[in-house]
Amino acid sequence: MERSNWISLLIALTVIAIWEFSCWWFSVPDFILPAPSEILKTTVLKTSLLLPHAGVTALEIIMGIFLSLLVSVPLATVMFTCPSIERALSPFLVASQAVPVFALAPLLVIWLGYGLASKVLMAAIIIFFPITVSLLEGYKNCEREYMVFFDLMGAGFWKKLRLLYWPWALPYFFSGLKVGVTVATIGAVIGEWVGAQRGLGYLMIQANARLQVSLVFAAILWLSVMGLAMWVFVGFLEKRVIYWK
Amino acid sequence: MLSVSGLTKRFEGLTVMEGFDLTVPRGGFTTLIGPSGCGKSTLFDVLTGVFPRDDGRMSWLGEAVPDLMSRAAYMQQKDLLLPWLSLIDNAMLPAKIAGADENDSQEKASALFSRLGLHDFENYIPRKVSGGMRQRCALVRTLMFEHELVLLDEPLSSLDAITRRSLQALLLLLQSEFNKTILMITHDIEEALLLSDELLVLTPIPMRVRERFVLEMPKLGRNSNPELLKIKEHVLEELEGDLNGTI
Repeated sequence: MERSNWISLLIALTVIAIWEFSCWWFSVPDFILPAPSEILKTTVLKTSLLLPHAGVTALEIIMGIFLSLLVSVPLATVMFTCPSIERALSPFLVASQAVPVFALAPLLVIWLGYGLASKVLMAAIIIFFPITVSLLEGYKNCEREYMVFFDLMGAGFWKKLRLLYWPWALPYFFSGLKVGVTVATIGAVIGEWVGAQRGLGYLMIQANARLQVSLVFAAILWLSVMGLAMWVFVGFLEKRVIYWK
Repeated sequence: MLSVSGLTKRFEGLTVMEGFDLTVPRGGFTTLIGPSGCGKSTLFDVLTGVFPRDDGRMSWLGEAVPDLMSRAAYMQQKDLLLPWLSLIDNAMLPAKIAGADENDSQEKASALFSRLGLHDFENYIPRKVSGGMRQRCALVRTLMFEHELVLLDEPLSSLDAITRRSLQALLLLLQSEFNKTILMITHDIEEALLLSDELLVLTPIPMRVRERFVLEMPKLGRNSNPELLKIKEHVLEELEGDLNGTI
């Protein structure tokens, strides 16, 4: 294990130790702040309850990622190809991020119902912006000398896109995707808070209403692990795809 | 023959060249040498159509052409290898873009790799090999263009002396074995005198040909030719004079 990983582990263990000790020392009731040992116990004992809800949230996030990729990759490519379209769309893109997702969630639930669709769209809305912006930045970052060289070889736009721009932008794309998958849980959970019958967000609301705070924390733990797992997976994919770095 | 006449290029009131004339005989090796910032690279940009010219005409093999884009192979100081492609795939890029048969291109590129001592490195990515190897790969790619005319913009200036010397021999191979017509820009007067059939010394902007030397002596053993040493001293004095004029 790398030194930085050891440091991360040490920081995590220190925080958990302080938290555990403080709960015991100050006799904090479980419905205010459960100790980490209590959260772990709940996580293990309630696995059969948490797992199906985690599965639903994971599905929403994964579908959200695919939906955002379907939109952001062509959108960034079109914006790169036609600067006038980029100029026309940029204000709308920025505005879409300026609107809080909390404000959109009730509307999406009204329009798309309590099922998966509204949560998938919520996740996609959050993810598509970093991917689009990063990919566009990657395309634009292609060095002029290479573009001229491709012109001299007589390459048309599609050949340039496939052989030059896309591989050039891949590291940027993965940076955006990493940010996207990390924040994707926010969109899905907010959607579930507003209106759902399944999912970790739904479970958190239900547990909170019953003062089962350790279950709320167990759901948060699952969300964190899911976010981390996706980040690690994208990082693994990045290393395999961008082998020349 | 490449013929350029009356070439004029201005950038926001700055005249880089005005009425510039140039002739490169078919199969010849012509080198341009001049002070820094005199517009040599701009000339290549205008010739290849990267920058539009303000005036002038050019023809290649007797036919008037708007520019040399897709008519000339181009190699510059930076190797411009794509970091995600293996050396052989980089070399095959011009053929791939031109839609040539992949097997034929592979065969041709492999033969050139062997010729240039790269046969064991075909599947390496550029990051894994030395600067000299990358530049040799760029040279193979230049040969893969199938264009008779080759423009070289300081192709060896980033290399160490020993690697540069071995690549100079390969540049001569370009001309003699592959029957290329070469127009090269360099800052290295010795390199110019070793390789060229014709040397054109340029003035500071607005760029024009100040002096023309036809070098008819055999290329083998030019190092010690007293006549070339005289030309070298003369050209260096002129270039130093330009440099002193700008300080």
